[in-house]
Amino acid sequence: MRSRAGDGRLLRGAVLGVVIAGILLPILAGFWETSRASFGLLPAIGASEVSLAPWRELAEMPGLATSLRLTLVTGVGATLLSLLLAIGFCAAVHGRLSQRAGGRILTPFLAAPHAAMAIGLAFLLSPSGWIARAFAPVLGWDRPPMLATVNDPWGGALILGLMVKEVPFLLLVILSALSQLPVRAHLTAGRSLGYGRGIVWIKVIMPQVWPLIRLPVMVVLAYALSAVDMALILGPSNPPTLAVMLLRLFSDPDLSRILPASAGALLQGALVALAFAALFALERLVRAAGLWWLRRGGRGVTAEPGLRLATWFTGALMALGALAMASLLLWSLAWRWPWPALLPESWSLRAWSTPGSGWGAALATTVILAAGSTAAALALAIAWLEGEDRAGMRRGGWASALIYLPLLVPQIAFLYGLNVAFLRLGVSGDLAAVVWAHTLFVFPYVMIALSDPWRALDRRLLRAAGSLGAGPWRRLFAVKLPILLTPILTAAAIGVAVSVAQYLPTLFIGAGRVASLTTEAVTLSSSSDRRITGVYATLQAGLPFLAYAAAFAIPAFMHRNRRALTSEGIA
Amino acid sequence: MTLELRDVVIRAQGGAPLFPPTSLVAGPGEIATIIGPSGIGKSTLLDAIGGHLTQGFALEGRILLDGRDLCGLPAEARRVGLMFQDSVLFPHLSVGDNLAFGLARNVRGRAARRRAVDEALEAAGLAGLYDRDPATLSGGQRSRAALMRTLLAEPHALLLDEPFSKLDVALRAEMRAFTFEHIRQRNIPALMVTHDVADAEAAAGPVIDLAPSQVQTSRK
Repeated sequence: MRSRAGDGRLLRGAVLGVVIAGILLPILAGFWETSRASFGLLPAIGASEVSLAPWRELAEMPGLATSLRLTLVTGVGATLLSLLLAIGFCAAVHGRLSQRAGGRILTPFLAAPHAAMAIGLAFLLSPSGWIARAFAPVLGWDRPPMLATVNDPWGGALILGLMVKEVPFLLLVILSALSQLPVRAHLTAGRSLGYGRGIVWIKVIMPQVWPLIRLPVMVVLAYALSAVDMALILGPSNPPTLAVMLLRLFSDPDLSRILPASAGALLQGALVALAFAALFALERLVRAAGLWWLRRGGRGVTAEPGLRLATWFTGALMALGALAMASLLLWSLAWRWPWPALLPESWSLRAWSTPGSGWGAALATTVILAAGSTAAALALAIAWLEGEDRAGMRRGGWASALIYLPLLVPQIAFLYGLNVAFLRLGVSGDLAAVVWAHTLFVFPYVMIALSDPWRALDRRLLRAAGSLGAGPWRRLFAVKLPILLTPILTAAAIGVAVSVAQYLPTLFIGAGRVASLTTEAVTLSSSSDRRITGVYATLQAGLPFLAYAAAFAIPAFMHRNRRALTSEGIA
Repeated sequence: MTLELRDVVIRAQGGAPLFPPTSLVAGPGEIATIIGPSGIGKSTLLDAIGGHLTQGFALEGRILLDGRDLCGLPAEARRVGLMFQDSVLFPHLSVGDNLAFGLARNVRGRAARRRAVDEALEAAGLAGLYDRDPATLSGGQRSRAALMRTLLAEPHALLLDEPFSKLDVALRAEMRAFTFEHIRQRNIPALMVTHDVADAEAAAGPVIDLAPSQVQTSRK
């Protein structure tokens, strides 16, 4: 027994070493190099004098104040609105929507990469898009209206785009949190005490849900405050949000702009940290106010209209997302599509018929990146969980924090600095380096997706195997992994979706030399040919869909004669 | 083959012992019964003997199987079979493959191994069900398959954790007879945790009460 626990500790230690060396150190190194550059130290471009000049230059950038305001409004606004909608929707449909059914509906929205969704929404919302076309006959428009419906200076389109992606994510997170709580019993108890359904949700259920969803909400907040690809496609362009402004500075032909950009990257990091602090303060405040409200015992007004509104808005967002996805495919197949027709006049496969023109190579690169990073992340996650099992240890809070870290730190704050470190090591622009950079962001999601099903596995199965003489390796390969096939493949599909969606890591660590579907689609989105853009975005959205379809079909086939693994589902 | 406990005590992480020091000897073919109020640690004691004690429990005393001290050995090296309340068949394997998983390594060759599994299936009244999904078996069939899987591993002792409590009354007597008959046939010692007086009577072996004999402490 003692040696077995020792074994586990060894395995766990090894995995921890890999995670620290592969995740924590690079993030620290990235920050270190970014900080050095922000104080004028970047030998690669001949900057070698410590000074505050980069910060001064940043402060004097025209439009910086507007950029900061836009970043806060879109980031915080999208997060809060998404959270409200998701909570309201869950309160309204809970009991009618199981976690499984919910997962199935939400999967397409989670699978679609941010960039593809943004391009689809731009197709949909633009003055010449589907929505305007639908209204044209009614309003008598004979040409596309002169309205800034996309890239609007207030960031409305960006907020909408972020919400289309983040509401489904939060819904999934909340549904999974609810499945761990005795919601029905608490609702019955609360209502029998005279509280309305919505009030029980606010006073009783949500305070229990919040600790379970706090980290995912922080992930959403960090993403919304620093998103680059969505902001490039949907956000205001002049001045843009901070992250986009920094991307422009980083890729300016004038290399000295990298210095103020680095200062801005740290500012972006500080902005997210500040938002986290505000979230914690808000949590304190709401808790105090909530307790005061709770103790007064007021049965309150009904919350039903609010719930209905949230349900309605959430449904509208999902319809928007679905239409956006459909419009991607449609544009890639369209040939002549004049205003204000709702469908193309003539169709063509021309945009699809020339893989040699670029999308073939980009597709291959994307597949390699996704397969490599997902395989690495999966192996690491399984080694970690198995190490925990063998050592008989629970995961500490610090370990969870380590797993979440890459999702909480804005990418732009450390990725350029990391590339500088890579340049020094001579691996920048290397495909393997990009695979590794993707793994940095794939691993947390794979780990989060796999942890609960892994722990939910009936331990008696392992005892039975042990008492039959199966050692730890046979228990892993003959019992655990086959039984957990469905959650493992689901985690892999999530991994593929995360990898395919990566924009900044591919761009920065690939030093602009690694072209994936995502980097190409984002570049093309500002061009005029919607057909070509449609092809790239369709492929980009299609890959994760395929991965999810495989994650559904393979276990269904392998376990077709195993009722216990299909009907009730292990996880 | 003999299973012997000498002054066995289990503590939860530096706490008080779960039950007073316990000793017992179960000889070949003998089925000892452990009784006691729920929560006292009957199942934990079986875990300790089988090598499945979870982190946070400490074992004192000695556990001997054929004079070999089991403490410190991993579960898979102890040759102690385990029967649960539910049959705990592997859901991803067919009924036959579940048995094949258990079948000892010393049966070699594909044909020989297949024959051993088929014979065990037949002995359990499951002939011809090799390819069946375990989830489609009846409760009694599942229990018999689980027992066969355990026996095919050629255990030197068997632990039974309320093995019949989930079966309905008619089936219970039948399954009890079936299980005990196989234990006696194999001449291995067995240890059974049960709440059912009929189980203990049919076992006809020593009965150990884990409850503190003198003063009943107010254990919640």
